[in-house]
Amino acid sequence: MSNVQLFRTGDTPLPDVIILAHKLTREYDMGSELVRALRGVSVQIQQNEYVAVMGPSGSGKSTLMNLIGCLDTPTSGEYWLNGQKVSDLADDELARIRNKEIGFVFQTFNLLPRANALHNVELPLIYAGMSARGRRERAAHALQRVGLGDRMDHKPNELSGGQRQRVAIARALVNEPSILLADEPTGNLDSTTSTEIMGVFAELHRQGQTVVMVTHEQDIAANAERVITLRDGLVATDQARAA
Amino acid sequence: MPFFEALRLALHTLRTQKLKSGFSLLGVFVGVTSLIGSCSIANGVNRYMTEKFAQTIFGVNTFQLRRRPVFTPNVPDSVWRAWQRRPRIRFSDAKAITEGLTVPVITAWQSSDNVSVTFGNKEARDIELTAASERYFEIRNLRIATGRPFTAQENRSGVPVAVLGDAVAKRLFVDRPPLGHNVRIGGIPYRVVGVVEHQGSLMGFPLDRFVVVPALSPAQNLVNPPGILDAFFVKAGSAGEMHEAMEQAEGIMRSRRHLRPQQDNNFVLDTSEGVQRFWAGINRILMTVMPGVVVVSLVIGGIVIMNIMLMAVAERTREIGLRKSLGARRRDILRQFLAESTTIATVGAAFGIIAGIGLTILINAVSPLPASVSPASVVVAVIMGTGVGVLAGVYPATRAARLDPIAALRQE
Repeated sequence: MSNVQLFRTGDTPLPDVIILAHKLTREYDMGSELVRALRGVSVQIQQNEYVAVMGPSGSGKSTLMNLIGCLDTPTSGEYWLNGQKVSDLADDELARIRNKEIGFVFQTFNLLPRANALHNVELPLIYAGMSARGRRERAAHALQRVGLGDRMDHKPNELSGGQRQRVAIARALVNEPSILLADEPTGNLDSTTSTEIMGVFAELHRQGQTVVMVTHEQDIAANAERVITLRDGLVATDQARAA
Repeated sequence: MPFFEALRLALHTLRTQKLKSGFSLLGVFVGVTSLIGSCSIANGVNRYMTEKFAQTIFGVNTFQLRRRPVFTPNVPDSVWRAWQRRPRIRFSDAKAITEGLTVPVITAWQSSDNVSVTFGNKEARDIELTAASERYFEIRNLRIATGRPFTAQENRSGVPVAVLGDAVAKRLFVDRPPLGHNVRIGGIPYRVVGVVEHQGSLMGFPLDRFVVVPALSPAQNLVNPPGILDAFFVKAGSAGEMHEAMEQAEGIMRSRRHLRPQQDNNFVLDTSEGVQRFWAGINRILMTVMPGVVVVSLVIGGIVIMNIMLMAVAERTREIGLRKSLGARRRDILRQFLAESTTIATVGAAFGIIAGIGLTILINAVSPLPASVSPASVVVAVIMGTGVGVLAGVYPATRAARLDPIAALRQE
């Protein structure tokens, strides 16, 4: 909490601060009314933290997630990602940031159904402009990291839910992003598979990966070392758990 | 995303959605097939007209001195009446030209009318009787199948000998060879000395229903009044010599007819160029109407592709959202969908080219037209096919590129 107070508008964040959100607001003009999804959220996340973002629906956690993931830009406030101010970047630059700095893991996996696991994992590398050969090596390595080295040629419908989410995690990791950004990563999985996926996250975190996970499940959030709770577009609680 | 990746992705999508892609490339396929097919037909008709038709009627490097042109499409009555009032071509005109020409040529007289030819109780009606001089066979390129043509001597003396067309010989002599037998041409007995090779037909008209006799033989009275010719044929060794001979013949005829310089010719020196000019006119009309048909089918093809692409964008909204979240820029998405529509159109055009060539081969096989694929039409087909793909893809691809990734990802 003390870090947040130290940062003022116009400052540059400390080097080991991966995510710095400063008084972020996001308003949606719905025609008749102005919806204020975020009303001044300030959060700092250090390198190699494992953070869960919680909150009831309508609390603004999806909006915060979109902002952190550079899919959206804030109405006001500053957002620094890995030492770079991204809150006022244009569309194509945001795409580049998403490609280089962020690894998304979605609730519904979002794999391309007609492409095999390897090709799905390759996708971010295509947009990074990497050569076909380099891509295959990196994608294969990423699949091995999540324990799917023997499933590279399988299409998503030939894989179990847990395996699909592992492919998605491999895809998120393949560009070696600053943060792994997971949106309800266990929302479509049974409890056994959820535990398995949480195991993967824990291992990645142990290897030094910064993980930010949005969830509404208490026991999933319990895997993180820090839990931020949002309510009505503001940070309600921000607690480190005793590891 | 580099161009090659976009192309690879497009081909992958085409392969995985064969049926849909098949339908979407149908429009361009039909357009390109009709483009190449109709160009080939036009080419074929063109060659048919310039080579076969013109050569059959006129012969190579040959002109005809006549009262009026052979090929007279769309002539008003007044012109026709003026032609009818012109003096006829006489034997003496032909002789004067033959003597006056300094260019080496061969010449022939010709007068024709329809008669009946009989042998015993068999009759061939509506046969073209041609009273001609002996070089006629050479000039018209009529090769003798059996027997011989009549000789210069026979022509001069007016010996009643006849050379039959293939159809006439077959009609009258079913069970025996015709040589040496006497047929009756318009009632006058003639001895058959030769039969001409089978000529086939020209635009549906049979070319074998004729009989040729010496110009001075008795049957000359059946075709023209004494001393009158339908046409005087002059064949030169080359196109240049033919034109030189034409100029000389024109001078001789004008002086024989006592035409003053300001007076027009009251005869024609007709060549295959007239027919070819007429055909070129038809060809020009064809070539302006046909692209219209092709453009219509290509426009339809483009609309079909655009429709399919809009559907693809709607169906794959989530995929687009995902790709954007993974770092695809607008131009990457734009390129992906443009590559897809262009690939569909190009594949359609490729199949269209194959089908067009197939159609051409088929036309060649089943019709007398010497149809041939014009390389230009293939080039135009490729350019138009690809162009249609790009044009049809621009709008759907732009829509895809503009999608908001958050909304796109949320879509079911």
